[in-house]
Amino acid sequence: MASKGIKDRVAIIGMGCTRFGEHWDKSADDLLVEAAYEAYASAGVEPNDVDAYWLGTMGSGVSGLTLSEPLKIQYKPVTRVENMCATGSEALRQAAYAVASGAFDMAMAIGVEKLKDSGYSGLVVNNPPNDGTLGSMTAPASFSLLAPAYFKKYGLDPDKGKEVLSRIAWKNHRNGARNPKAQFQKEVPIEAIRNSPKIADPLGIMDCSGVSDGSAAAIIVRAEDAHKYCKNPIYIKALSFVAGPAEGPLSPEYDFTTFNEVVASSRDAYQQAGITNPREQVSMAEVHDCFTPTELVLYEDLGFSPRGTAWQDVMDGFFDLEGKLPVNPDGGLKSFGHPIGASGLRMMYEMWLQFRGEAGPRQIKDPRIGLTHNLGGAPGRCVSFVSVVGRDVG
Amino acid sequence: MAGIVSYGSYIPYRRLKRAAIAQVLGVPASKGERAVASFDEDSASMAVEAVRDALKTTPAAAIGSLFFATTTAPYTEKLNAAIIGAATRMPAEIRAIDITGSVRAGLSALLQGADTAASSRTQAVVAMADARLGAPEGKAEQQNGDGAVAFVLGTDNVIAEIEASASLTREFLDTWRAPGERFAHSWEERFALTQAYSPLLGKAIQQVLSKAKVAPGDLAKIVVDAPNPRAAEEIIRGLKVDPSKIADTFALTVGQVGAAHAGLMLAGVLPSLKPGDRVLVASVADGAEAILLRATPAVANFKPLRSVGRMIESKGDVTYGNYLKWREILPTEPPRRPDPDRPAGPPMFRAEQWKFGFVGTRCTNCGTPQLPPQRVCVKCKAYDKMEPYPFADRTARIATYAIDRLAFSLNPPTVNVVIDFDGGGRFLCEMTDCEPEKVAIGDEVEMTFRRLFTADGVHNYFWKARPKR
Repeated sequence: MASKGIKDRVAIIGMGCTRFGEHWDKSADDLLVEAAYEAYASAGVEPNDVDAYWLGTMGSGVSGLTLSEPLKIQYKPVTRVENMCATGSEALRQAAYAVASGAFDMAMAIGVEKLKDSGYSGLVVNNPPNDGTLGSMTAPASFSLLAPAYFKKYGLDPDKGKEVLSRIAWKNHRNGARNPKAQFQKEVPIEAIRNSPKIADPLGIMDCSGVSDGSAAAIIVRAEDAHKYCKNPIYIKALSFVAGPAEGPLSPEYDFTTFNEVVASSRDAYQQAGITNPREQVSMAEVHDCFTPTELVLYEDLGFSPRGTAWQDVMDGFFDLEGKLPVNPDGGLKSFGHPIGASGLRMMYEMWLQFRGEAGPRQIKDPRIGLTHNLGGAPGRCVSFVSVVGRDVG
Repeated sequence: MAGIVSYGSYIPYRRLKRAAIAQVLGVPASKGERAVASFDEDSASMAVEAVRDALKTTPAAAIGSLFFATTTAPYTEKLNAAIIGAATRMPAEIRAIDITGSVRAGLSALLQGADTAASSRTQAVVAMADARLGAPEGKAEQQNGDGAVAFVLGTDNVIAEIEASASLTREFLDTWRAPGERFAHSWEERFALTQAYSPLLGKAIQQVLSKAKVAPGDLAKIVVDAPNPRAAEEIIRGLKVDPSKIADTFALTVGQVGAAHAGLMLAGVLPSLKPGDRVLVASVADGAEAILLRATPAVANFKPLRSVGRMIESKGDVTYGNYLKWREILPTEPPRRPDPDRPAGPPMFRAEQWKFGFVGTRCTNCGTPQLPPQRVCVKCKAYDKMEPYPFADRTARIATYAIDRLAFSLNPPTVNVVIDFDGGGRFLCEMTDCEPEKVAIGDEVEMTFRRLFTADGVHNYFWKARPKR
């Protein structure tokens, strides 16, 4: 009854991605138009060649009209999807399955978010009318729950723990400094990260991903058709998405040092892709580093590091651009920015560039297998997406 | 005869040193400190804490009525006593009444409760609480204090029976506050002292003693509460009794707790009573109430759960700056975050047991307690096998925590804790009355009923964790 997957049955033949950041001069419509037309051009197709669209946005519009209106899509199916911060990946998954089913020859997955217009710090989520008992934790506070729990479980004193977290942010900024589309394109000294103003202890502002505007898009066809459009497509090996039962806030068995949802979705994805040793077999990964402790825990949940040792791998540079398994080579949410609906597709955009050798100063040598991981919610109560993609069939 | 069956008290955790006010404002400082309701407390939430305390030592018997005495009701229109009834899981079949308008309301409510208990042969719960504001630089700001007390009255298991009472009412202008005003006005002191408080107190006390044929010398304890302490001192002097019989006014430790003051002083002396001891309790404002109580043999076996003395000792300071912010006397720059949404009526109505009573569920199939209430068991996944399971009086330990400096709060940072209850059940909630830098995994906490915020005039009450007091 496990998911059977669609290994090597669909391929991405074109992608687009706007610069992420503060686009005071651009609306969500502008961002969608830019990403979509960059993707059309990248694939060498006309807008009308695309048979169906999946649009991911958390709050920058409702319904398919959010996309069909600015793009003037001519009476074709446009589905708006939302799955919190994993929205972009969800759009990709839907489009890939639609093509794999044979229902459409060509589909576009596109994600957008316009966050900087709200005037608020951080993310704002509107709840349906409720009884007032839901609490009001901000996103950094929710994810900061991981830090004391992880430190205590694995015997890290708070100073050492903070050093590990700071090094994760330092690495992502270092990668982002080599990326012309990233929101923050500057290396940041580790001391500046460590001493940044506290947001949710022990997290400072430099432990948080960038609030930004942006859009990214991918065009998908059946694998056998890919070479009609493109010399070097990328192949989808696995797509896994799980929504958890939200047991973390309910069950004392959950200890806030893992995301059960990530463990489940990575297992499923590895099984679909035939990966048995991710630490050795994965060439590079884009993971959901919304806050630094998230990335730390993800290393273990994705099977990159044995339990309780990810912090040592961080300090050893295992996940650096030059390391054995580079994670977030494009700068990640931390440095590239996190326009919710676009982030999952932005992760895939880095796979696209790296496999094609187009990643410039941050090019990884000869990558074969890549992983993207996208998460929505909070520790103990979340949705998780894992994809495995490759340069070659097989 | 009806009398007191049980009682409980609540003094908020925070104290404001009077010298701290003086230091900022450059006014003369009185001695001592005053109790301050936290930013998430009001008279109703404090009354809930006192009633919870009282009910824990109340013998199981039907409760037929609930009276809430205060001059600082959170709602001008909407029954405040209903909040207290819901939070203490009282049945719907009760008469519930707010008694307000004067700081004498506390003793008026006590007498009303006793009459109702006697006539209905059910227990009456009387809650008294106040959190009165004084304008900066004024006397009231320094002299007032915040707190609550609760009495359960009945005809069985009585520990102190009401032997006699006297009530007087006069119309005169001393303290007043119009709707919408935050601070009370008061007339020049000498007028009320000489023409109202002293004569009214004297007359009420003389009446109650003569009704019961008791001389001042026969009293074991004397509780006299007056808006002007000099009125109380004068009357006490006139009684010519041993000063050790005079109840502590808590002037140096708590302050004057409005409608709850006489009750709190009474709760302060009740633990010292031996069978047969008599207590005189009197309160003056817009008239006077005087009550003579006599301890029964049952008093020897009664032990309050949290004595007033213990609540006074359990404390932490608040700066004058924070006090001004909590009371919204000093406006502050709002965070760049949206204001909280008001809670919605229908969901609150559906969730009354949960939101107000903190009642979760327990799976009858596998025995796992869980909160908020669930339909499908988190553990064994059984469907609709739940029974109600109250969590309010259970202690818990911190599994992990977060210190949120971004969330909207009158008292940032907001401390959030994941807590595991003794006996099972996990919950994620706010923690209050704590020092954020001292919060640690494994700390023991207990639950407290609080006002989370107010939006569109709707007070959002719910439960928080606090360090065990």
